[in-house]
Amino acid sequence: MEDIKITCLHGRHLALGAKMSPFAGFDMPIQYSSIINEHLAVRQKAGVFDVSHMGEIWVEGADAEAFVNHVFTNDVRGLEPGHILYGMMCYPDGGVVDDLLVYREFVPESYLLVVNAANIEKDYEWLLSQLEGWNCSVRNESDSWGQIALQGPKAEGILVNLFGMKEAAQLGFYTFCNLEYKGKRLILSRTGYTGEDGFELYTTPENTVELWDRLMEAGVEPCGLGCRDTLRFEAGLPLYGDELSPEISPIMAGLGIFCKLDKEFIGRDALAAQKENGAPKKLVGIEIEDKAIPRAGYPVELEDGSEVGVVTTGYHSISLDRSICFALVDAAYSKLDTPLWIRIRKKVFPGKVVKKRFYQTNYKK
Amino acid sequence: MSQILEGLKYSESHEWVKVEDGIALVGVTDYAQKEMGDITYVDLPDEGDEVTAGESFGALESVKASSDLYSPVSGEVVEVNSELEDAPEKVNEDPYGSWIIKVKLADASELDALLTAAAYTALIDE
Repeated sequence: MEDIKITCLHGRHLALGAKMSPFAGFDMPIQYSSIINEHLAVRQKAGVFDVSHMGEIWVEGADAEAFVNHVFTNDVRGLEPGHILYGMMCYPDGGVVDDLLVYREFVPESYLLVVNAANIEKDYEWLLSQLEGWNCSVRNESDSWGQIALQGPKAEGILVNLFGMKEAAQLGFYTFCNLEYKGKRLILSRTGYTGEDGFELYTTPENTVELWDRLMEAGVEPCGLGCRDTLRFEAGLPLYGDELSPEISPIMAGLGIFCKLDKEFIGRDALAAQKENGAPKKLVGIEIEDKAIPRAGYPVELEDGSEVGVVTTGYHSISLDRSICFALVDAAYSKLDTPLWIRIRKKVFPGKVVKKRFYQTNYKK
Repeated sequence: MSQILEGLKYSESHEWVKVEDGIALVGVTDYAQKEMGDITYVDLPDEGDEVTAGESFGALESVKASSDLYSPVSGEVVEVNSELEDAPEKVNEDPYGSWIIKVKLADASELDALLTAAAYTALIDE
């Protein structure tokens, strides 16, 4: 395992006895106590995640807005300072480079792109490759920033009471503000990847460690990537590499709402054609009537055994006690209530197509 | 530290075997349950199935992953622990008390090929 990276909180994870595993090129905590405990802590109280592996790329300059709008599926024109949009960067064929958040900075002509850890270099190179003719710069600052996600119904109260961040109570969903912590910039953002209310805090690595330590002292549950995946899955949120990829377009993944086809962007024509003609495959939710667990890669079949798709993520849902999965299936079998079968080892389990948002999310509007 | 009981036989795939009157009780070790984390489902065979030493007879599922169960011995499955269907977490709570299947030994000499407690301890310490 050469060149594995670590985050600024790596030593803290080891000291807590976390089960560590490589993820996106980083040695990351999968769980501290148990995935179930950590999952339930976020749903019922609050939990904190080290997400310092995520990438931070700034686009700045006179053409920053136009350039971001050219590479991004969502429409940043008119996005107000302090507001955030979710969307993708696509290849001309509609395949996905990455899914990301775009932050409209308070200073003019400046956008922060928060990208997946596994894709930082690829995204940066992609942006640079598209830059010719645009009057703006692209700067990858991923290594200079730490990030923690404080998620759950008690997250706001913890920020206000523990850190005195009363601004947390004022922020709406998908907005952010600039704070100062120990003289350094701290971006407080009401965003997350769990289906619960929550915040993401971007600041220096040193500040990140200090915030983490104070949260640990206050008894906030440390949460690993294991429950990050179970939480996002229940909330119907895609993971790049599983539900979005160069082969799985946003239209196939059911994320057309984040693709503004009435503006120009890379991949627009391909996505418009998919929307017009129907994508060959669609991402669906499937629930099976058994406690067996549909895992990524398991075949999705018809009653006669013919294969019509594949599971992309699946769990026995911790919050819902249901065996559910996302699966990419032939579009003909993507309607709600369509009966489908999943092959799990030697047995085949009957199920049906259900809504992808399995869990009722609790975002603060 | 993982608990290892004296007097049991162990497989390299982290199952334990305890023999009582020609019947082998098969479960997974403390080390295995710790590695898996919260077990949420036990895929059991049917009573009457034939199992073969070294071959898969079922699976344990944790939140995150599925792990095949390999039979350390050959023979007929005379009983499955159906209690685990509704309470798979018992494998985490009491791995040596939670046998998964009982096998009528077809060939008791297969037990000689399995690891002693000392040999299994050495295996997981590696």
